[in-house]
Amino acid sequence: MEILVCVKRVPDTSENEISVAGDGKDIQRDDLVYSVNEWDNYAVEEAIQIVDRAGGNVTVVTVGGDDSEEILRREMAMGANNGILLKDDAFEGSDGKGIATILKAVAQKSKYDLILTGAQADAGAAQVGGMLAAMMDLPYASLVNKIEIIDDKKLKIGREIEGGNQEMNEINLPCVLSIQTGINEPRYVGIRGIRKVASVEIPTYGAGDLGLAASAVGVAGAKVKKIDYFVPVLGDGAEMLEGSNEEIIAKLIELLKAKGGLK
Amino acid sequence: MDFDLTNEQEMIRREVRKFAEKEIAPLALELDEKEEFSPELTRKMGEIGLFGMFVSEQYEGQGMDYLSYIIAVEEIARVDGSQAATIAAGNSLGIGPLYYFGTEAQKKRYLPKLCRGEALWGFGLTEPTAGSDAGGSKTTAVKDGNDWVINGSKIFITNAATEMTLGVTVQAITGKRPNGKPEYTCFIVESGTPGFKAVPMHQKMMWRSSNTAELYFDDVRVPQENVLGNQGDGFHQMLKTLDGGRLSIGAMGLGGAQGAYELALKYAKKREQFGQPISKFQAIAFKLADCAMEIECGRNLLYKACWLRNEKRPFEKEAAMAKLYCSELMGRVANHAVQIHGGYGLMKEYNVERFYRDQKLLDIGEGTSEVQRLVISRYIGC
Ligand SMILES: Cc1cc2nc3c(=O)[nH]c(=O)nc-3n(C[C@H](O)[C@H](O)[C@H](O)COP(=O)(O)OP(=O)(O)OC[C@H]3O[C@@H](n4cnc5c(N)ncnc54)[C@H](O)[C@@H]3O)c2cc1C
Ligand SMILES: Cc1cc2nc3c(=O)[nH]c(=O)nc-3n(C[C@H](O)[C@H](O)[C@H](O)COP(=O)(O)OP(=O)(O)OC[C@H]3O[C@@H](n4cnc5c(N)ncnc54)[C@H](O)[C@@H]3O)c2cc1C
Repeated sequence: MEILVCVKRVPDTSENEISVAGDGKDIQRDDLVYSVNEWDNYAVEEAIQIVDRAGGNVTVVTVGGDDSEEILRREMAMGANNGILLKDDAFEGSDGKGIATILKAVAQKSKYDLILTGAQADAGAAQVGGMLAAMMDLPYASLVNKIEIIDDKKLKIGREIEGGNQEMNEINLPCVLSIQTGINEPRYVGIRGIRKVASVEIPTYGAGDLGLAASAVGVAGAKVKKIDYFVPVLGDGAEMLEGSNEEIIAKLIELLKAKGGLK
Repeated sequence: MDFDLTNEQEMIRREVRKFAEKEIAPLALELDEKEEFSPELTRKMGEIGLFGMFVSEQYEGQGMDYLSYIIAVEEIARVDGSQAATIAAGNSLGIGPLYYFGTEAQKKRYLPKLCRGEALWGFGLTEPTAGSDAGGSKTTAVKDGNDWVINGSKIFITNAATEMTLGVTVQAITGKRPNGKPEYTCFIVESGTPGFKAVPMHQKMMWRSSNTAELYFDDVRVPQENVLGNQGDGFHQMLKTLDGGRLSIGAMGLGGAQGAYELALKYAKKREQFGQPISKFQAIAFKLADCAMEIECGRNLLYKACWLRNEKRPFEKEAAMAKLYCSELMGRVANHAVQIHGGYGLMKEYNVERFYRDQKLLDIGEGTSEVQRLVISRYIGC
C-alpha cells in the first residue's frame, strides 16, 4: 500500500509555555521548541504499521519552511520511507483551504492508496483532512482510532464518537483518514534510524513544480484570516488552586465538600 | 571555527530528551527511593540504541561519533543520574575496552548482545586497597597450563551484579616488568564462572538505581583466550579507558547541571514571595545567570575535548579538565537549585534534591577531583 501522511511542524506544548505575542495576531514564537504535531506522529506510526503488515511505502509530506525539513527527517528516522518538503514564499499565510490545495497537488503527482492526516494541528481547526478529501473527491473519515485492512479495495475503520462510544465503518480505497491520538503507541526514534536519514536528500517542490497559481494559495488565496488572539479573562466562577500537590488536593476536597460534591 | 552540531547530533539530542522525559522521568523518583536497578528501563534504553553508540555496525553498534554519544549521556543525565550512570559505564567501561582492545573473537562473542542493550558488562579496576592508586592492587592471575587462575577482589564496580550482567573485564597482576613494576593484564570473566561472585552494594547516597557491586575471585579459572588483547597491556588499556570515561562523566555533570538549572529557572519564575516571582530578585536572578554562563563554559570545554578525540588529536588534558569542570559545575548548580527552591528543595518530590545527591559521585568516580588536578598539573609541567 502506498501511503501519504501529511505532517506539520508545531510548537511543542510539553516543552514550551505558550503566550500571546504583543500584537495579538500570533503566539510568542521566539525561543520556542518545535516538534512534529502529535496527531501526525500517530498517523505516521499507523502508516508504518500498515506497511509492515501489507507492504508498500510511507511518504511524509509537509508544507513549511526550511525548518520543517527536520520533522520530515524525524518521521523518516522513525520508519517512513520518503519525505517531501513543499516550500514556497507563495505558500505563506495559507488558510486550511490553501494547505489542502497544496497537498492535493502533491498527492496527485503520484498514486497513493491511502492518505492520512492528523485529526488536528496547533491551530485546532481540523479542516485540512476533510477539505483535501473533498477536493480530491475521495471518501473521508475523521477521528479514526482503528484501522484494519480488509483487502486492497477496502478498510475497516473505527471512529471515536460522542461520549466515548465507538463506531465501525467500511471505507473504499483510495481514501483520506484523519487520525486520532491513541490509535497506537508511536515508537521512539532510535539512534540507528537517525543515522540512516541524517544525510538523505529530501525533494522540495514549490508552487511552480506543483502547477499551482500563487493567487490560489498563501495570503492571496486565504478566505479565512486570523484577526485576534487573546487569553480569556478569568471569570468569576474560576479559581486557580496553588501550592504543593498535597495543599491543592486538600483545598480541592474542602471545596468539593463545601459545595456538596463530596459527603 | 564551527560551533554547529550536525543534523544527526541535533536529532539525537531531541529524541533522547523525549525518551528520557517520557520513560525515565516518571520512574526516577521511585527507583531512587527503592534503590532499585531497572532491567526493563535498561532494555528500553538499549532498544533506542543507547548502547554501543561509538561501536561500528559490524558488531551491531550504532556507528556514531563520540560527541553524539556524549550528547546522549548528557540528555539522560538531564533527567536522571542513575540511568545516565548505567549508560555511561555500560558504554565507556563495559563496551569500550572490549571494542578497543578485544580480539576479533571476543568482539564477536560479546559486543552484539551488549550493543543491543540485552546485556551489561562491568569493568573491575578499583580494589579495597587500590582506589586512586592503582598500584595498590592485589588481585593476581597466575598461569596454569593454558589457563589463568585469578584471585582477589574488586569494589564499586558499576553494572556488574545485575540480572543482565554477562561478565566483567578485570585487571590483575600477572608478573613483574623488567623495571621491577607489576605487569597488569585484563581478563574477561563471564558471569557464572566457578569461584566468581558479584555482590550488589547497597545504602548508596547517590546513583541509587544504578547497580554497584563487589567482585570476589576465588581460584577463578579462565582460558588463555580470555586475556583481553595481549598479556601485559592491562595498565595501558586502563589508562585509555579512563580517558574516554572522563568525557562521559563530564557529560553526566553537564547534563545534571542543565537539568537542575532548568528546574530552578522554572520554579523561580512561578514562585512568588513579597508580591513577585523570586526570579525578579537580584539574589536569585544572578544565581541563575551564573548557572547559565557556567553551563555554557562546561559545554564548550566538553565538546571541544570530544572534537579533539574525534579528530584523533591528543585530548587527555582537555578530558581531565572537562571531567573536573563539569563535575564541579553540577555541584554549584545543584546547590543553587536547591537554594532557589527554599524548603521545597529539600523534599524529594521536587527532584533537585536527587540532583544534589547524585552530583557527589562525579567528584569521586573515574578519578577524584584531586586526581584530575594532579593530571592537569602534570600536563602543564608542574
Ligand atoms: C558509585 C560508584 C561506582 C564506581 N564504578 C566503578 C567501576 O565501574 N569500576 C571501577 O574500577 N571503579 C569504580 N568506582 C570506584 C572509583 O573509581 C573510586 O572510588 C575512585 O577511583 C576513588 O578511589 P577510592 O574510593 O578508593 O578513594 P581513595 O583513592 O582512597 O581517595 C580518598 C581521598 O584521597 C584523595 N587522594 C588519593 N590520592 C591522592 C593524591 N595522590 N593526591 C591528593 N589526593 C589524593 C582522593 O582524591 C580522595 O579525596 C566506582 C565508585 C563509586 C562510588
Ligand atoms: C526541615 C524543615 C523544617 C522547618 N521547620 C519550620 C518550623 O518549625 N516552623 C516554621 O514556621 N517553618 C519551618 N520551616 C520552613 C522554613 O522556615 C522555610 O522553608 C524558609 O523560611 C524558606 O521559605 P520557603 O521554603 O517558602 O522558600 P521561599 O521563601 O519561597 O524562598 C525560595 C528562594 O527565594 C529566595 N527569596 C525569597 N524572597 C527573597 C527576596 N526578597 N530576596 C532575595 N531572595 C529571596 C530565598 O532565599 C530562597 O532562595 C521548615 C522547613 C524545613 C525544610
